Amino acid sequence: MSATHTFLNRLEERITHLRESSTEPEPSWIAARRQAGTARFEALGFPTKRDEAWKYTDVRRISEGDFALAQNADFSKTTAATLGLPLEAIRLSFVDGVFSSDLSDMTDLPQGLGVEPLSQALKTNHESVGGSLGRLSGVEFSPFAALNTAFTDEGAVIRIGPGVVVEKPIVIQFFSRANAQPVMSHPRVLIEAGARSQATVIEHYVGEEEAANFTNVAGEALLERGAILEHYILQEAPLGDLHIGSLHIAQDRDSRFTSFNINLGGALVRNDLVADLNGEGAEANYYGLFFAQDRQHVDNHTLVNHNAPHTFSNENYKGILDDRARGVFNGKVIVKRDSQKIEAHQSNANLLLSDRAEIDTKPELEIYADDVKCSHGATTGQLDEEAVFALRTRGIDEQTARGLLTLAFAGEVMDKVTLEPVAERVERAVAGKLPERFNLSDLVDVATADQA
Amino acid sequence: MATEEMEQLVRREYTQGFVTDIESDTVPPGLDESVIAFISKKKEEPEWMLKWRLEAYHQWLKMKEPSWAHLNYPPIDYQGISYYSAPKKPEDRPQSLDEVDPKLLETYEKLGIPLHERAALAGVAVDAVFDSVSVTTTFKEKLGEAGVIFCSISEAIREYPELIKKYMGTVVPQGDNFFAALNSAVFTDGSFVFVPEGVTCPMELSTYFRINAANTGQFERTLIICEKQAQVSYLEGCTAPQRDENQLHAAIVELVALEDAYIKYSTVQNWYPGDEDGKGGIYNFVTKRADCRGDRSKVSWTQVETGSAITWKYPSCLLRGKDSVGEFYSVAVTNGRQQADTGTKMIHIGEGTKSTIVSKGISAGNSDQSYRGLVKIGPRAKRARNFTQCDSLLIGDRSGAHTFPYQEIGNSSATVEHEATTSKIGEDQLFYCRQRGISEEDAVNMIVNGFCKDVFQELPMEFAVEAEALLNVTLEGAVG
Repeated sequence: MSATHTFLNRLEERITHLRESSTEPEPSWIAARRQAGTARFEALGFPTKRDEAWKYTDVRRISEGDFALAQNADFSKTTAATLGLPLEAIRLSFVDGVFSSDLSDMTDLPQGLGVEPLSQALKTNHESVGGSLGRLSGVEFSPFAALNTAFTDEGAVIRIGPGVVVEKPIVIQFFSRANAQPVMSHPRVLIEAGARSQATVIEHYVGEEEAANFTNVAGEALLERGAILEHYILQEAPLGDLHIGSLHIAQDRDSRFTSFNINLGGALVRNDLVADLNGEGAEANYYGLFFAQDRQHVDNHTLVNHNAPHTFSNENYKGILDDRARGVFNGKVIVKRDSQKIEAHQSNANLLLSDRAEIDTKPELEIYADDVKCSHGATTGQLDEEAVFALRTRGIDEQTARGLLTLAFAGEVMDKVTLEPVAERVERAVAGKLPERFNLSDLVDVATADQA
Repeated sequence: MATEEMEQLVRREYTQGFVTDIESDTVPPGLDESVIAFISKKKEEPEWMLKWRLEAYHQWLKMKEPSWAHLNYPPIDYQGISYYSAPKKPEDRPQSLDEVDPKLLETYEKLGIPLHERAALAGVAVDAVFDSVSVTTTFKEKLGEAGVIFCSISEAIREYPELIKKYMGTVVPQGDNFFAALNSAVFTDGSFVFVPEGVTCPMELSTYFRINAANTGQFERTLIICEKQAQVSYLEGCTAPQRDENQLHAAIVELVALEDAYIKYSTVQNWYPGDEDGKGGIYNFVTKRADCRGDRSKVSWTQVETGSAITWKYPSCLLRGKDSVGEFYSVAVTNGRQQADTGTKMIHIGEGTKSTIVSKGISAGNSDQSYRGLVKIGPRAKRARNFTQCDSLLIGDRSGAHTFPYQEIGNSSATVEHEATTSKIGEDQLFYCRQRGISEEDAVNMIVNGFCKDVFQELPMEFAVEAEALLNVTLEGAVG
């Protein structure tokens, strides 16, 4: 377990730094959590391919790396503006894991909404986050979650009061810089959605092209009665970045959670989504799209726990893999005993564009109740040659035909995306990355001209 | 272990002779080299076979029992099992069906498959295995005329050592997995089928396995070889009487299909599933694998699993030949406290290989069932095709149904489809039947049989009838 040492040394360095920079002693609950996280991480070590949950994902690029900790949040405003989403939004920004107030925009928050960096929340009123932080994403989940818990220093805290409807999306921006020595960050995301509240939260990962940092994020979302939360993960990290992320969701009665998990960037990306449907009428929707090329590796693990009767889940993941990219999908639905009248559907479709791309998919069902309607499906294949031909007969060149059909394949998921600018950005990005690159913008212009 | 060491070991065994009494029909519980030597001696095996067994034994010693399956059972004491038992003495064996134990025939009758009737009606050659030793073999001459070899594996080791040396362990190596290694060390009997080039086996071959003597594990080993353009359909059916102690069964089935060969392997398994609390049922850990070596070869597995307390079974196909085809049709029914973790592996290696998987699981009572499958498409398997469908039907709110389908696809010209559903018997379906005067139990049986139709269609006719009967018996009392 020598690989863990470099990480533990950095951790110690970080904790010493935190203690020295603060006049007050650290709250005891944080110290306890750090200890638990460290112990757990030490005990587990980094996962290997012998662990079922990591069977297809090799994390040696992380474990064998030497990642420093970022010392500041210096980042050009113009670059941030070009990289960021073109949305009118509430913004919370982190540069290599360090909070940047310059790049954040938290003015004009509606009544009942709290958005702040974790460091600030811990400083001003640590007890307010003590109850919920780490309640869902404990140290037991994975070595990475344990490591994240050991760090517990920065992140985003979003609290939506009961009945509050937040019109503007809340964007959490994670910028990755091209550092001389790669750095790592262990941010946490905590979302507390009060009863009947409504909000959209976007985790946006993006950065400078040459960056090669390691981000290990642990997220938690607590949805109270009737809360509606839309959650985006827009992964546009630089192609050298390593990313491990998890999001745990607890849902009370009649709440609705929708996840859009879009993966375009990163060298190695692993996402875990875990939703606990604890109250009747709770509903979870997972929509995912991953596009990988070169030697990118994207691993998506999702889990839905139907802990209460009359709960619903729906999942649709689409994967497009090119070159020597590798995709992993593992979707699991567990229906607990006595959770009757459940509906759970799951689907994963993959498109392989190259002979050297690989997809490993495993849609699982574990069902202990009988009055359920559950289904899952997984398909892998290539573009329908007849469809390509049909477009060709209509005068569309082959390149464009293949590009359009690939986009149409992703369309089933992209159509669900509620934020138009995000959907457009993703579609354009995919179109621009396809092996048969074609200019979507031109096509859009032609179509608009035709309509006019 | 180095070969010299191995040889030394083997020699030592021989110089010291055997501790166990050769005349006895059962060995005391426990497993060591002397027991393996005893089995080998008892079977009048050549020395190389013993050596092979010991190699397997030494590999087994280093292995750990797998724990990944979705199964729950108390640890097995491998030293508490007797690894050999034979019924009476060979000369006392029944020479024809009339001499077969009437109780055995009675069990068959209960299931609606009288042995003599079947043999006569269907022209089936029956090689009934009565506790580890073949007791009756019929139709041998007719098969001999066609050039088909159908005998017990022990006989094959003695009579056809070249074929055994050439093929045994090439599909399931000695150290393939924990249970396979155990079997390779201690297997006591099983069937051997060899169909020479261009021959279509003139009849369906069938072996009935029975477990009878208390406290003995049965370790069958079956090897079927189909040469170029040869064809065979093999039926395996099992019944077992009530027992209090768990009986371990770890079988191996190896199929080898050369160019244009076709092997159809059907199983109906109805071993004792244990009492209401799940006590006393049979543990069934089986390794079944087919190697489609030749181009255009085809292997079809069909199984109806209704028995055993624990089932751990994944009949698989290695599709190596170009355009070779693998099929897997399965119905698994669990009731009471039965647990089944079953499925298949389709490994596509050759170009244009195709596979179909249809799995139907029915779980009732407090039972738990999992489908676990792997579809792997290698980078050279261009145009490979797979279709998988696994459906589960739940009866009663204490049962569980799970699916764990693994798909590893490394070829862009491959097409892989997987579908799965889990549901219960629809109220409206039941109502429809009841309204037409069909009792609830009959209605459930009818719906369940309809649910399994895709698989039953693949079974040979008389087997299908038996399977339906079995299904109804298994689900008795599941719906109240």
